[in-house]
Amino acid sequence: MATYRDRGIVLRSFDLGEADRIITFMTEGRGKVRAVAKGVRRTKSRFGGRLEGVRRTKSRFGGRLEVTNHVELTLYEGRSLDTITQADLLEHFRPVRENLDRLARVMPLLEVVDAVTFEGRSDPRLYHMLLGAIRALAEADAPLIVPAFFWKLLAHEGMRPEVACCASCGREDDLVAFELTEGGVLCRRCRRGTRLSPEALALLRRILGGQLVSVLGEGPSTAGHEVEHLATTALEHLLERRLRAAGALGGTQ
Amino acid sequence: MYAAPVQKLIDELGRLPGVGPKSAQRLAFHLLVVPKEEAERLARAITEMKERVAFCSRCFNVSEAPECEFCTDTRRDPQVICVVEEPHDVVAIEKTREFRGRYHVLQGAISPIEGIGPDQLKVRELVARLEPEEITEVILCTNPNIEGEATAMYLGRLLKPLGVKVTRIASGLPVGGDLDYADELTLGRALEGRREVEAP
Repeated sequence: MATYRDRGIVLRSFDLGEADRIITFMTEGRGKVRAVAKGVRRTKSRFGGRLEGVRRTKSRFGGRLEVTNHVELTLYEGRSLDTITQADLLEHFRPVRENLDRLARVMPLLEVVDAVTFEGRSDPRLYHMLLGAIRALAEADAPLIVPAFFWKLLAHEGMRPEVACCASCGREDDLVAFELTEGGVLCRRCRRGTRLSPEALALLRRILGGQLVSVLGEGPSTAGHEVEHLATTALEHLLERRLRAAGALGGTQ
Repeated sequence: MYAAPVQKLIDELGRLPGVGPKSAQRLAFHLLVVPKEEAERLARAITEMKERVAFCSRCFNVSEAPECEFCTDTRRDPQVICVVEEPHDVVAIEKTREFRGRYHVLQGAISPIEGIGPDQLKVRELVARLEPEEITEVILCTNPNIEGEATAMYLGRLLKPLGVKVTRIASGLPVGGDLDYADELTLGRALEGRREVEAP
């Protein structure tokens, strides 16, 4: 059977049968890939330490296929699901795994990437976007990473909103509202949808205007919450379903 | 395709976790040919379990009585609680014979992607036990995967300010393992959690 190699980020995993798992990756070359990791749930081997000194089968994966890990994979193609034959850890992002705030921020990113991608459609740019976001989080906590990533993703999916002038009449000042179905921000006369504060508008412009790095260095703010809420609503509109990860750990912030 | 009762059984078996349509079909045809008593024994075991077993009102482990055997055993240390995700984790820890305290079963783990937050777990019930039971230590024994770690971190943040000692089980290499087979994440933690060798 045909084997191939690729590198990818673990988005999520489901248990399958006794000891296997189905792992979803965002890969560089093949977009979203779902593949089976056989025996991955056994701590070490079929026999653990109980048969110390006796021949034992070794699980090839250990903690390599944990969610958020960046791995180099060898897989062979199956009829419906591919099977992972080898996985090497490229990056494990421990600072993200071991900090509740950062973990709470990375989960919505993984969820939306899983939701917007299809198997068999390659999207190296999105893979690099996700990798860059996780790397940034591993480097330092960035409260605005979720809204920034969501807006970048919407732009990438062809839903870049108009933020320079009123999407309806083209007026450049007095922009007070946001409505995605109108195409972006709206002035006082054309206003519809959600109210938009001047601070949130400025933040949105910076996110979409190539000032991402400075945005990620900022702490939480009301404008940040506003922009995140707008982004979540827009993504939910695009996906036609609710996003779950964003609120699940919300009580701890 | 099949006679209606057979199809019905296949459908029901197919709902079980880890059982696909093929396995369900295999199990159903097995049950079709085994002696009647054997099949009835299985049916009885299922109904009896559903009728007699529920969850312990204190720790949410599976139990035949209102409170489970661990919660009522006076020889166990009542001030130390080991927090686990599922009842089968209690069994795994009991097998070690290293723990003589009590348990608390969360009945799951925090999983943002599945939309499972602390409110869906037995977290409030855990907090409510601390004061009346005069708990001195809570051992966080959730799985070392992303959901288990998130749960442990969440509980750590929640319980620490309440003045109780909160510990997390160690994470590292399994007994009988080889260093060169270990992944960097596991080995890194094993190094970090090293212990000074005591004079023999």
